[in-house]
Amino acid sequence: MQMTGAQIIIECLIEQGVDTVFGFPGGAVLPLYDALYQNQNRIRHILTSHEQGASHAADGYARSTGKVGVCIATSGPGATNLVTGIATAYMDSVPIVAFTGNVAVPLLGKDSFQEVDITGITMPITKHNFIVKDVGDLAETVRTAFKIAQEGRPGPVLIDVPKDVTVYTADFSPQSPEVLKPRTERLSEKSMEQALQLIKHAQRPMCYIGGGVIRAKASDELSQFLENIDSPACTSLMGVGAVSSLSPRFTGLVGMHGTKVSNMSVSACDLLVVIGARFSDRVVSKASAFAKNAKIIHIDVDPAEIDKNIKTYCHVIGDLKVVLTELNHRIAKPMEHTEWMEQVAEYKKRYPIRVDSESARSKEILKALQSVLPEGFFAVTEVGQHQMWAAQFLKHLQPGHFLTSGGLGTMGYGTGAAIGAQVAHPDARVVNIAGDGSFRMNCNELATIARYKLPVIILLMNNQTLGMVRQWQTLFFDRRYSETNLDTPIDWMKLAEAYGVKGMRISKTDDPKPILRAALDLGQAVVIDCEIPVDDKVYPMVAPGASIDEMLGVEEVGE
Amino acid sequence: MNTKEKRYTLAILVNNHPGVLMRVVSLFSRRGYNIDSLSVGETENEAFSRITIVVSGDRPVVEQIKKQVGKLYDVQRVYEMAGEKSLQRELVMVKVSTEHDDRSQVIELAEIFKAKINDVTSSTITLEITGSLDKIQSFLDLMAPFGIVEMARTGITALERGARALSSISFSEDEA
Repeated sequence: MQMTGAQIIIECLIEQGVDTVFGFPGGAVLPLYDALYQNQNRIRHILTSHEQGASHAADGYARSTGKVGVCIATSGPGATNLVTGIATAYMDSVPIVAFTGNVAVPLLGKDSFQEVDITGITMPITKHNFIVKDVGDLAETVRTAFKIAQEGRPGPVLIDVPKDVTVYTADFSPQSPEVLKPRTERLSEKSMEQALQLIKHAQRPMCYIGGGVIRAKASDELSQFLENIDSPACTSLMGVGAVSSLSPRFTGLVGMHGTKVSNMSVSACDLLVVIGARFSDRVVSKASAFAKNAKIIHIDVDPAEIDKNIKTYCHVIGDLKVVLTELNHRIAKPMEHTEWMEQVAEYKKRYPIRVDSESARSKEILKALQSVLPEGFFAVTEVGQHQMWAAQFLKHLQPGHFLTSGGLGTMGYGTGAAIGAQVAHPDARVVNIAGDGSFRMNCNELATIARYKLPVIILLMNNQTLGMVRQWQTLFFDRRYSETNLDTPIDWMKLAEAYGVKGMRISKTDDPKPILRAALDLGQAVVIDCEIPVDDKVYPMVAPGASIDEMLGVEEVGE
Repeated sequence: MNTKEKRYTLAILVNNHPGVLMRVVSLFSRRGYNIDSLSVGETENEAFSRITIVVSGDRPVVEQIKKQVGKLYDVQRVYEMAGEKSLQRELVMVKVSTEHDDRSQVIELAEIFKAKINDVTSSTITLEITGSLDKIQSFLDLMAPFGIVEMARTGITALERGARALSSISFSEDEA
């Protein structure tokens, strides 16, 4: 059937099972938006305030559903506004497909109005990108893009479509999307056997879990694996939720703001099994001292992660669900490491996470939030102290319910991502745990929250400072608070009300629980301005360049 | 180059699309890998181009480069051309000064190295030489005292010895 390029894009999206897209219109995507208008009963378009919000919303949609998130922007500034969101998704391996308009093919390369080389710009931050100059290639390109975004290690793909390509027609015949097989072509018998032997001979095994387990939807297999090998497990920030916080095997975060028990266990273990993680500098800190008593097995779907940051003893390359299922299958008899597990449990008792200096206010607020939230809630964060507190103090029971920018550390991620998660899960509660510094970056998306009546809660940890930067200035820059004070007060309640969103406040002395309950009971969007002491810190902490078992701010509970 | 750094030659088979060379080369620059030489051209199959890159680094760096390049969507194969198992050639054109009445010495050396004389002026000779990096380096060392006025190099290009083609090599063989 003959169709315009714009219609072909719509048909391909529907073919891929896309029901929602996030975007912002403009000159170069007028024909595409016209097709969206005509297909509004088939695809829902969410209009954000800014293209960055659309890219984060697509990301939040993808992380919270495991499906591909889609965002659309016009050429030039529309396209460049997506860049931060695409880079965020790239660093955290999130499958999104971004469509950008561009000037018509004859105008390309002539510095035309709103022209930008977005494929050139996004080359280092996409898994792959395309510019489609012939409408005949459009359908196949969109199909390939969805495949690349999801296959193996997921990631963002960008398709740049010049305006005339969306107007020209081509023959289109529908196809059902290719069923993607888990990647196993590099999974060798030799590596599986080697890993098994190491596991069998370990006395003190420890697992370090990353976001790969969540992307591979392999949490159940992981939980079985931990039982089989009788090992404790810590997670990176991206791995939060892959192991239930309630599991006795769970030791919390590892690395810079890891728990003492995680960091001590990684340093003391004789075998470290690393699953779907990439030895980020925020985890490893001093590479030469990381897991210094252990042999390391690295299991990952991406061969390029092997030996990139840390040299490993053995590696298994393949889809985590497949690998863990197979390893579980081959462990005939569950192992027992009673002494080691007792030692870890003892560390766990002795070293609770504390919030140092003035107060434990953030912990109180987050515990109160947890107690009033219904099951299955989604916690989204911005980047900074509140992000670490949310990772540390909330109980994370399910994979894919904690959405945070781990790799890129994008302040301003949360509001857009919360929109994406809420649109994907209209009946769930979604809370963006934000800092005042991060929230001001993209608080314009309150307009989107109001427009679509999304009951997102913005929990604003307001310490009137860029708290994490201030923490570093306190500890390592002799309290020279260069440009981190945000102490010109903003009336956040008024700001919320200006957008038609409810505003509430939790002062230093308020009991947070009744206020949070009242906010949730409203069943609508609320910005809750929580007063947090300016010098509250994230502890424990590993100073930059130190070994992860040398921690600041660890308090021991008396014998 | 520090002591642990060596030169490695990588043959990279890529889809013959516009922009693919940029994808490969920009990956080298953003990950901080040094390119010593680069050549690119068509292959026996018009669907593919072949990029030959010489990099300097230590073994872990080269392994990382191979994996990162291998991840690019448009890259079909990355294969390391080991010295003795491969044929590596470069073409160099060099304009040598003969101002000091030493043209005959230059011609004599050119003959020994099977370099072609392409152009002669009253003060220079332009020579063309093809060969391995070692051969070319020796030749250039000998030419240096005469004075090298100008030089252009194509970059190393390479084929494996033996009967098989790069396109037939699987990932597992490459890893082994």
